[in-house]
Amino acid sequence: MRYLPLTEPDRQAMLAAIGVGSVDDLFEDVPKTAWLDAPIADLPNHQGEIEVERAMTAMAGENLSADSVPSFLGAGAYRHHVPATVDHLIQRGEFLTSYTPYQPEVTQGTLQYLFEFQTQVALLTGMDVANASMYDGATACAEAVMMANRATRRERAVMSGGLHPHYRDATRTLAHFTGFEVSIGDPDPMVDEDLTARIDDNTSCVVVQNPDLFGRVHDLSALADACHAKGALLIVAVTEVVSLGLLTPPGEMGADIVVAEGQSIGNPLGYGGPHVGLFATRDKLVRQMPGRLCGQTVDTEGRRGFVLTLSTREQHIRREKATSNICTNSGLCALAFTIHLSLLGEQGFLRLAETNHANAVKLADMLAAVPGVEVLNDSFFNEFAVRLPGPAATIVDRLAERGILAGVPAGRLFADRANLADLMLVTATELTTEGDMHALCDALREAL
Amino acid sequence: MGYDRNTPTHTGNRALDIEERLVFEQGSPGQSGVDLPPPAAVEPRLGAVARRRTVGLPGLSEPEVVRHYTRLSQKNLGIDTAMYPLGSCTMKHNPRLNEKMARLPGFADLHPMQPMSTVRGALRLIDTLADWLKMLTGMPAVAMSPGAGAHGELCGMMAIRAALEDRGEGQGQGRRRVLVPESAHGTNPATAAALGFTVDPIPADGRGRVDLAAFRAKLGPDVAAIMLTNPNTCGLFESDIIEIADAIHEAGGLFYCDGANFNAIVGRVRPGDLGIDAMHINLHKTFSTPHGGGGPGSGPVVLSAALAPFAPVPSVVHGPDGLTLVEHVGRDGAEKSFGRMKGFHGQMGMFVRALAYMLSHGADGLRQASGDAVLNANYVMARLQDVMSAPFAGPCMHEVLFDDHFLHDTGVSTLDFAKAMMDEGFHPMTMYFPLVVHGAMLIEPTESESRETLDGFVATMRALAERAKAGDAEYFHGAPYHTPRRRLDETTAARKPILRWRPEPETKAAAE
Repeated sequence: MRYLPLTEPDRQAMLAAIGVGSVDDLFEDVPKTAWLDAPIADLPNHQGEIEVERAMTAMAGENLSADSVPSFLGAGAYRHHVPATVDHLIQRGEFLTSYTPYQPEVTQGTLQYLFEFQTQVALLTGMDVANASMYDGATACAEAVMMANRATRRERAVMSGGLHPHYRDATRTLAHFTGFEVSIGDPDPMVDEDLTARIDDNTSCVVVQNPDLFGRVHDLSALADACHAKGALLIVAVTEVVSLGLLTPPGEMGADIVVAEGQSIGNPLGYGGPHVGLFATRDKLVRQMPGRLCGQTVDTEGRRGFVLTLSTREQHIRREKATSNICTNSGLCALAFTIHLSLLGEQGFLRLAETNHANAVKLADMLAAVPGVEVLNDSFFNEFAVRLPGPAATIVDRLAERGILAGVPAGRLFADRANLADLMLVTATELTTEGDMHALCDALREAL
Repeated sequence: MGYDRNTPTHTGNRALDIEERLVFEQGSPGQSGVDLPPPAAVEPRLGAVARRRTVGLPGLSEPEVVRHYTRLSQKNLGIDTAMYPLGSCTMKHNPRLNEKMARLPGFADLHPMQPMSTVRGALRLIDTLADWLKMLTGMPAVAMSPGAGAHGELCGMMAIRAALEDRGEGQGQGRRRVLVPESAHGTNPATAAALGFTVDPIPADGRGRVDLAAFRAKLGPDVAAIMLTNPNTCGLFESDIIEIADAIHEAGGLFYCDGANFNAIVGRVRPGDLGIDAMHINLHKTFSTPHGGGGPGSGPVVLSAALAPFAPVPSVVHGPDGLTLVEHVGRDGAEKSFGRMKGFHGQMGMFVRALAYMLSHGADGLRQASGDAVLNANYVMARLQDVMSAPFAGPCMHEVLFDDHFLHDTGVSTLDFAKAMMDEGFHPMTMYFPLVVHGAMLIEPTESESRETLDGFVATMRALAERAKAGDAEYFHGAPYHTPRRRLDETTAARKPILRWRPEPETKAAAE
């Protein structure tokens, strides 16, 4: 077996040094009734690289990869171009095969990029500080609500109907088990919801997505003021982080916590994971924050260096009194994010956002000209909702047969909302060509 | 001339050890490492919230970016660099085949909301991995979506809460107490407490196992579950585990097993045969998906028949049209599901890597791997126990625990000892964990180390132990000497946190 360095003579010599006759003897504490004498039957034995590669490639071949066809899917995961440099650098073994940087003397590489990552996230969101990442946007959202509950000592979260249902549900699951209340708005792209009216004395936070699930862009300043007037925090979720290149960051509109999905920068779609949750807040709330934090300090020779810090919030120190049970972040995905953003820089990031928006505007105009298709948005960044003259899921399936990944049917996200069944979310990015747009419009003309 | 190796250089660099500024301190504003064509001119539809200010990102060309991160990488120690005997963390070899497979466009470039008809292979991969996990653990069901080990714990304990609620014992004065051994990972009590349970610690006995009598005495009608790590964090198999399972079930509670150390017993013991109800599996430990400097992980949870109906959504199921995803609670077999924990369908990229690892090893190779891991740990124990101090007798499982007794009166602490290991080219072992022994040093060599490497490690540890006992405490207090940074001031870092870079004027303003 190519991954195992011990030879049979090694094993015999080592057993002799230990003073036992066989490896099985080392398992003497295992109850006899549970001991297996032989490898588990019904599973294949070891295989070489050629065979494994062949089997995996066959499975991959059963999928229609989004790069091979015109693709317009978004709803929380976005297909963007990742420069070749990103994937090369994150595969350097010193990054890929190191552990959480608890030993800072031998992990300054990881620590410095985390410090830079935290700075980038704070700058993008317009906030004071950010942590070293979370599992994904949805879990970051749930943790943000828990943090708001701690910070305000209140136990009720008001959630916008325009919040991604996975963010809503990840939060609702925790709410059920940890015992806080959630007030959930109706998902409806045609209605401007009144979130302020739903804030009461026990409301810890209002959670709103921008652009919202249907792509609409909101000015949240008045909502932030209303939250603060009633002692609640404003949590803003951003599922498409590229939008921050063109939109006023949540921090400038008064957000207290910003959570985001960072996948769009540096990370592939990967069928939904692993992605990377971004989490930013105000200085005054930093000690309530979940997750890892990297901080700057000096070594014994006075040189600048970095360490994980404020770990007295964390489970390995605080155990049952920790702010969260989280143990890992999404380190390597955060590295991909930070490298891609470093490559883009101010100019590249702005241009990326402009290209996304320009393509989406073009696509929206083209779709609006297709008979039977109604574009619902007045405002959007790179994603918008359209109404089709029948169930969107059926039409999407029909277009998939023709090799076009048309959009996300809203009905797949909200199984219980008949009024959303005809809606489809459509995204354009820098990868969307004019040919792709024509292909979609032509296919819709024929299918409808 | 008698210049020695400590002679300062002009740059402060030492050949390949190159000082690297922050990315924010480099580049020039108009520069970029990405060429994008100018966007088409359109009338913006951003509503009233177009960005008014710049973000503040630096501009670097591609070569500058490549050099920055390459230099940073060279300040890191990885498994690729050296032996990384970090107990409980399982730093085994990360095969590159697995990386290559995860990057096949048919896996990497799939959108999670594509129609099911276009992702048959992805569903088959998840289902195949689920089958392997069920067969290796002897459990009937598995929840695939948790994003990491701690997330898996949360999943398992939520399933337990949901099952208790289902039988009317979850709320109010119901079963609220969870028994957690003192040696447990910090995530165990944190998870239980996060879900509103009261944590009740169980002491260890003189053999480093759960004190069976103390455990039995704590059982009662308010006990929801026990959370037990097996093999435990002292590196020992819980020999009374079947008695523990029977007793907790008899008392009406459920058995959560922390599967962080499953790598010690894969292919040799199936946790399902031990009577557990739930166990998370850290794919990044047992099945070698890379740790990546702190994630991403993946933490599927195997479940007993009693807990399976409460598993979170989504799940891959066999339907009339083949494999499909159940994404919503309340139907299609998810009637009692406790809900969703995470966006989309789990850590697919990690699933691909883990399955490639399993197929490569096969049933025989996995059994050999756990055997070699246990053999390596026992070999280290046998070769070091005369100079270091092992609080519990062997045989151990995949990791060996020492305490700081052998450093008594030397003035050298566990931390000092660990820092000195860095200068010798080893990552330190896990320190001060588990908490049940003084100055713990937990060494997990894994199956990836050769006998030659282990012999070198043993010789180094012996030399360091002898140096400490010879009274050279000062050397240890100053260590490490040859790392990119010496010991860092963690106290100041926590007292006056600097958590981000700020431009010069802002830094000055903040100071004033």
